[in-house]
Amino acid sequence: MLADRDRIFTNLYGQADWRLAGARARGDWDGTKALIEKGREWIVEEVKASGLRGRGGAGFPTGLKWSFMPKQVKDRPHYLVINADESEPGTCKDRDILRHEPHKLIEGALLASVAIGAHEAWIYIRGEFHAEYKRLQHAIDEAYEAGLIGKNACGTGYDFDLKVTRGAGAYICGEETALLESLEGKKGMPRLKPPFPAAVGLWGCPTTVNNVESIAVVPEILRRGASWFASIGRPKNTGTKIFCISGHVNRPCNVEEALGIPLRELIERYAGGVRGGWDNLLAVIPGGSSVPMLPKHICETVLMDFDSLREVNSGLGTAGVIVMDRSTDPIRAIARLSRFYKHESCGQCTPCREGTGWLWRVMERMVEGRAEIEEIDVLEEVTREIEGHTICALGDAAAWPVQGLIRHFRPLMEERIRAFKSRKGAVPLAAE
Amino acid sequence: MPKLTIDGVELEVPAGITVLQACELAGKEIPRFCYHERLSIAGNCRMCLVELEKAPKPIASCAYPVADGMVIRTDSRIVRAARRGVMEFLLINHPLDCPICDQGGECDLQDQAMAYGFDRSRYQENKRAVPDKDFGPLIKTVMTRCIHCTRCVRFLTEVAGVPELGATGRGEQMEITTYVERALTSELSGNIIDLCPVGALTSKPYAFIARPWELTKTDSIDVTDAVGSWIRIDSRGGQVLRILPRVNDAINEEWISDKARFSLDGLTRRRLDRAWLRKQGQLVPATWAEALETVAKRLRATAPERIAAIAGDQTDCETMAAAKDLLARLASPNLDCRQDGARLNAHRRDFYLFNSTIAGIERADAILLIGTNPRFEAAVLNARIRKRWLAGDVAIGLIGEACDLTYAYEHLGTGPATLRALLHGNDPFANRLGSAERPLVVVGQGALARPDGAAVLAAAWTVARQANALRPEWHGFNVLHTAAARVGGLDLGFLPGPGGRDIHGILDGARSGEIELIVSLGADELNPADLGSAYLVHIGTHGGPLAARADVILPGACYTEKSATFVNTEGRVQTTERAVFPPGDAREDWKILRALSEHLGLPLPYDTLDELRARLAQEPRFAAAIGGGCDDLAGPSGDPDLMGEAHFVSPITDYYRTDPIGRASPTMAACAALRAAPSAVAAE
Repeated sequence: MLADRDRIFTNLYGQADWRLAGARARGDWDGTKALIEKGREWIVEEVKASGLRGRGGAGFPTGLKWSFMPKQVKDRPHYLVINADESEPGTCKDRDILRHEPHKLIEGALLASVAIGAHEAWIYIRGEFHAEYKRLQHAIDEAYEAGLIGKNACGTGYDFDLKVTRGAGAYICGEETALLESLEGKKGMPRLKPPFPAAVGLWGCPTTVNNVESIAVVPEILRRGASWFASIGRPKNTGTKIFCISGHVNRPCNVEEALGIPLRELIERYAGGVRGGWDNLLAVIPGGSSVPMLPKHICETVLMDFDSLREVNSGLGTAGVIVMDRSTDPIRAIARLSRFYKHESCGQCTPCREGTGWLWRVMERMVEGRAEIEEIDVLEEVTREIEGHTICALGDAAAWPVQGLIRHFRPLMEERIRAFKSRKGAVPLAAE
Repeated sequence: MPKLTIDGVELEVPAGITVLQACELAGKEIPRFCYHERLSIAGNCRMCLVELEKAPKPIASCAYPVADGMVIRTDSRIVRAARRGVMEFLLINHPLDCPICDQGGECDLQDQAMAYGFDRSRYQENKRAVPDKDFGPLIKTVMTRCIHCTRCVRFLTEVAGVPELGATGRGEQMEITTYVERALTSELSGNIIDLCPVGALTSKPYAFIARPWELTKTDSIDVTDAVGSWIRIDSRGGQVLRILPRVNDAINEEWISDKARFSLDGLTRRRLDRAWLRKQGQLVPATWAEALETVAKRLRATAPERIAAIAGDQTDCETMAAAKDLLARLASPNLDCRQDGARLNAHRRDFYLFNSTIAGIERADAILLIGTNPRFEAAVLNARIRKRWLAGDVAIGLIGEACDLTYAYEHLGTGPATLRALLHGNDPFANRLGSAERPLVVVGQGALARPDGAAVLAAAWTVARQANALRPEWHGFNVLHTAAARVGGLDLGFLPGPGGRDIHGILDGARSGEIELIVSLGADELNPADLGSAYLVHIGTHGGPLAARADVILPGACYTEKSATFVNTEGRVQTTERAVFPPGDAREDWKILRALSEHLGLPLPYDTLDELRARLAQEPRFAAAIGGGCDDLAGPSGDPDLMGEAHFVSPITDYYRTDPIGRASPTMAACAALRAAPSAVAAE
């Protein structure tokens, strides 16, 4: 269990003042000037050494990402873009940072910008987060007023501007390049990579896009040292992480814990356990709607970190833990997710545009059982045809939940189909 | 140069190309829908996925730059599975209505489904249906067939410069649309039909007319403007059914204008398909012998200096050569090919050519347009200027009517006053031109077809000279023609002989009665009221005001009906090929003149096209190279000080109907009506 002294987000629940005074009392903006004065290389190396992996879902090492930025600012300015378009179903960690710990994010934005040579940073905040936007803007205004950012930020001579822009409700705008398109005022459609944003990003300039949580932990890492952060968690999966536990638990909550905590411990210690007891557990989606679900027997032992979850064919994703007890119809649950991805597909590339709708329609029939047993294989194949063939990861995200369902609940799906047949006989399909 | 391995074969490729291009160099076929060489890369169809060693997933080869040491596989299990998957996705919501689709037989989706797809469908759900859109009289839409490759969107946005198409909606609901339904306003809109890899965008006039395998394909040249775009004429039986572009990077790349593509239904309408004679004030049908004998008699009875010949806008070089030879035999010096009265100077060839060449536009770094609206006068050439503009770092100035040219330009002024200021260095644009490495000056017919045309021409030359645009390795002085026949006529010297009358002299003479007989070689743009009481022999193709005024009508052939030589505005000598025969009794124009010479007893010395071509080959200007520099700075005669004050006005007021074919075309009429009153459509 994470010791209280190792927690970074000490006001995660909003019990204390979120404004500058409160933040300062918790240690934010302490010695920022000295950190900046240690220089760009030092920050990047420190974050690299801490082992911090991106908290937005993909888990790419943050320090490594920063090191991809050009070493010298030439004719094109550098930008930092902070992805606060938190839309992944089951995830609500960035929201709490935005409303309860905005100064951690702002300080992190300044330090990260120094690390990549940016004098301007943008926070792209989910449009629905209106109250959070107001708070964040207020906190930024405070920071400007206190001289922490703006011209000569923290008295270091470094000029730094931080701007907030609001999204308009598209899930795909959380994809980093679609976010850049949206930020530029265009339709939110992912860009082709390469070139990566570090070479050609916002307005064609070198850009780093980071998740809110990744940025917000940076000041604490720099203050306490990379070795402190690296000592928490497991090798290659270091540090603390905010887990969002929702669904059929007694006390849904956000909690900051060390990476690598056992899933069962996480649910039982912080969320009051599964509704009706651990034996009532059916399955858990461990990392937001995009990752495959895990049945109970895996949940018993699995550790909550990037690599452990990968080993069981799932992923940490955003660490949005969705718990389902035995009252859940897992087919229906995944069909709902399929509908979500069908609705949020941007329509740019073929496999996702056409495939997500196909998945959803078959899933709807699977819920009823109005299908043939062989169609489960077709469904599986369709997910394989989408996965890895699209411009961005939304195609993968649509495919994985269905794959997880088939992997772990195929007998239930077959049973549903047989029951339907014995009830209604063979029913002609729509296209026949 | 990066070295990479494609399917086990190592090869070196130029840096900066994409994996797809490298695969093509290696002789591998990569299927694709959204990728197009001349458009930006979209990478959205996912058909071109190939396997890159050490990459976690297949890559879109159309968008992936090559790098040294890459190992690419284009035919592995992963690649085949990816293609099959993409193909299946494209087909699940495609209506598969190939039997009633005009794209059938030349459909990328059909072909690639055969090569890379499944042989059956596993899709059990209902297919998506998308409402069709109205894009105007040229483009038929069946949007359910659309595979969202966005080629049409990219073409109109990038090449045509008229961003009227876009995609609305998201995911499955994505639709290609104009948003507010209306006709496309680009002069190049027809090209999206060729670009569409499926049957979503097809030609409206050609709908349900023919299958591609039934058509005879004839390579030819477009004559609806002076660009000389390369075209392919598709015909069946005796009828031209459609016209498509051919690739020629020096001229039209692979685009053609809507006028070139769609005015073909004018080829079968209002045609003159027999000879007519005016008897007692009425035109009555006549036999060839009768008509030719009547003309011959009349010619013999008229004094040579009272005979004149005028060539039209689409008259081929063979006809003009034969007519010139015939008039020489008649000893008449009165002939002119400048029916619009443009003060073109044929003293030297570079006085009337587009010397920089069309491809040369891409090398220019400052462009001055004088009295021209290239968007209407040469739509494909205008796309080249836009291409140059998109590449950046070019100053474009316009003296003439302000209009939407699809690129930003500095509107310097509307008339000679501005040109004069430029000449004297009083306009800041003079510095832009002067400091440019390769300045380009374009003079349009709107600046020349006016009484002070010669002065404007001389002034434009002087501007070019002062900007150091006339150098041994760069010729920056250009005349943009609107008529396909004009440069050929000037090259041949279809101009007044010693003591002869030019077009103005001929028309003055006709009005005063000094010219008694005029031979019109398809000079349909003449105003009959200008011809006085002169006896008019009209060799033409279409009914119209001039045919109605004629005393003898000798039916000629359109450009699709003859092998004929045309010289484009750059001075490029090209020939059309015969796709179909002329209708009825109509004949190739030069043969009419040859027959007439027989009746006159002054036979021309060629009996076949080859013999006539041999005569043309003697013309020194036809053999001259184009695209060279300027060795002689002496300009065309004319005093810039004599320029008047009238504004420059483009000669084209109705883009779609500039020639007899276009005027006879119902499709062009529909386009023109729409352009004249676009609000009527919006209100529907």
